[in-house]
Amino acid sequence: MDNQPVGLRPSVLGTVLRYLALTVAALVFLLPFYLIVRNGLSTEADITSPEWTLFPSSLHWENITELFTDPSVPMAHALWNSLVIAVLQTAGQLVLGSLCGYGLARIPYRHANKIFYLIVATLMVPAAVTFVPSFVLVSSLGWVSSLRGLVIPGLFAGFTAFMFRQYFLSFPRELEEAARIDGLGYWGAYWRIVVPNSGGFFAAVAVIQFIGSWNSFLWPLVIGQDESSWTVQVAMSTFLTAQNVNIHELFVAAAVGIVPLVLIFALLQRYLVRGVAETGIKG
Amino acid sequence: MRKQRPLRAFRAGADRSKPMSSPGLERSLNRRDLSSLRLQTSARSAPFWLFVGPFLIGLLIFSYVPIGWSAYLSFFDAQGTVTPDTFVGLQNYADMLTGPFAQSLLTFSVFALFIVPLTFALALGLAVAVNRIRFARAFFRSVFFLPTACSYVVAAMVWKLSLFSGVRFGLANTVLDWFGHDPVAWLSNPDPPWYWLVLVTARLWLQVGFYMILFIAGLQRIPDSLYEAAYVDGARPGWQVFRHITFPQLRPTSIAVLLLSLIAAYQAFDEFYNLLGTARGYPDFGRPPLVYLYYLALGQTQDYGHGSAGALILALLIALVTLLQGRLLGLGRRD
Repeated sequence: MDNQPVGLRPSVLGTVLRYLALTVAALVFLLPFYLIVRNGLSTEADITSPEWTLFPSSLHWENITELFTDPSVPMAHALWNSLVIAVLQTAGQLVLGSLCGYGLARIPYRHANKIFYLIVATLMVPAAVTFVPSFVLVSSLGWVSSLRGLVIPGLFAGFTAFMFRQYFLSFPRELEEAARIDGLGYWGAYWRIVVPNSGGFFAAVAVIQFIGSWNSFLWPLVIGQDESSWTVQVAMSTFLTAQNVNIHELFVAAAVGIVPLVLIFALLQRYLVRGVAETGIKG
Repeated sequence: MRKQRPLRAFRAGADRSKPMSSPGLERSLNRRDLSSLRLQTSARSAPFWLFVGPFLIGLLIFSYVPIGWSAYLSFFDAQGTVTPDTFVGLQNYADMLTGPFAQSLLTFSVFALFIVPLTFALALGLAVAVNRIRFARAFFRSVFFLPTACSYVVAAMVWKLSLFSGVRFGLANTVLDWFGHDPVAWLSNPDPPWYWLVLVTARLWLQVGFYMILFIAGLQRIPDSLYEAAYVDGARPGWQVFRHITFPQLRPTSIAVLLLSLIAAYQAFDEFYNLLGTARGYPDFGRPPLVYLYYLALGQTQDYGHGSAGALILALLIALVTLLQGRLLGLGRRD
């Protein structure tokens, strides 16, 4: 891991300074998380007090139940929407992207190259940029404010198919050839040999997709026009840009909204790091 | 023509491997090869389409159709309709390139000018620092990477309501107060443009850890032997080794980080919308291209013609940057 020979290692003073700088940076990076928790568990009076204090005068855990019982904030429903969308999009992308990637990498076909370039060409135009034309299409399908409109257009990310193809090209061919000799077709080789042996890569893509889907904002904002189709991000944004904000409630919402992700992050970080390092994508 | 191709390919291959073969043998070989190829092609295209088809159909419908449709709309006067009949030629493009949209492209450039170099320097600095320590390396890496799990909306909320709240209880204003400075209206006052500080720091916090991971991966790919050779050659540790070994070896990663963060900046929307937007609309400063398009196409005007023209201009710009990236990194190579 440490790729420095002995003579090039930093001095003791250098090490101390490095740890000092890293600790200061770490505190700065953690401060916003602390502020979310602090404000979320404070009273409105504590947050807006002219005397700012690091710790609130008292902790108010009932803010959490208040958030879920406040009829003017559809937070529980928004959380449910976000969860459903993120799960469906992650699963859909894994299935569609891995099938397509496998077909491109392993099944010989005369026009495979042309199809590959058709997919790669879409990498040049990020989905966010074409939200106006996509909205035009989805609204003429009548999918505005519906789960279909929120989930389906995001399933066909060229990058996922591209990454799976690159990954399958590096998958050891001998394993599949043994399976083919045993009488398995392409489907059998994919489903019984390749998928069970690619858990790490699938997990990496899944974590990246889930986080990206949960945090995405522009498309849910464009499509989720009725309150019933708001995601967590859209719900928070609506109250953030409203005239009167109930600050502690917003921060509880933020805390609740990032808890699932921090959990996923803590449990699956090695897959996430691997995925980012290998693919250079963020959902 | 198409059916001829495998034949010619085979002949070329045969010529190389068996230069002495008789014409008759070659012809019979060709015929057999051609017929078996045909059989294989029809038998093989079915599984190919079963695997690739579902994704490809979706891609055509949800990527190619919208782009094609909006290319069509961009030549029409399409206000509040997606089936327009007034052809205006390139007028929409001309309007977009001379109006507020051009201004928003300039806004983006200012943003990119700050965010790209700062992201690059901070991510590289953190990666080098984290990669060189022995104790608690995983802890620091996780801490800097953790904001990646956060959404731009949540970050905008913390920045707007707590860190850079314009009233006195905002954290930044509290710190200013310690030094006897008056509170600053960080977001509501375009002069001086303090809002850039808010926007740039929010995005830095969110994305630096992600690029740091890319740099750490790049650092770990540098072979130890290079550092050993540098040591033998008498290179002084620290800056000299970094400048002559580490940094040149990181070139592919550096290019990726620069272009990825530039493309990400082109698409800035979330934090701008949430930090500067209000229930009454969006101010006419600090307005990046996507925010402008959002209010143009989905606001009161529903101007799909101009909106499509703007989207295509932006898409073209990003495609150019990506092509440059592809050229520099060999994206889309077959292996």
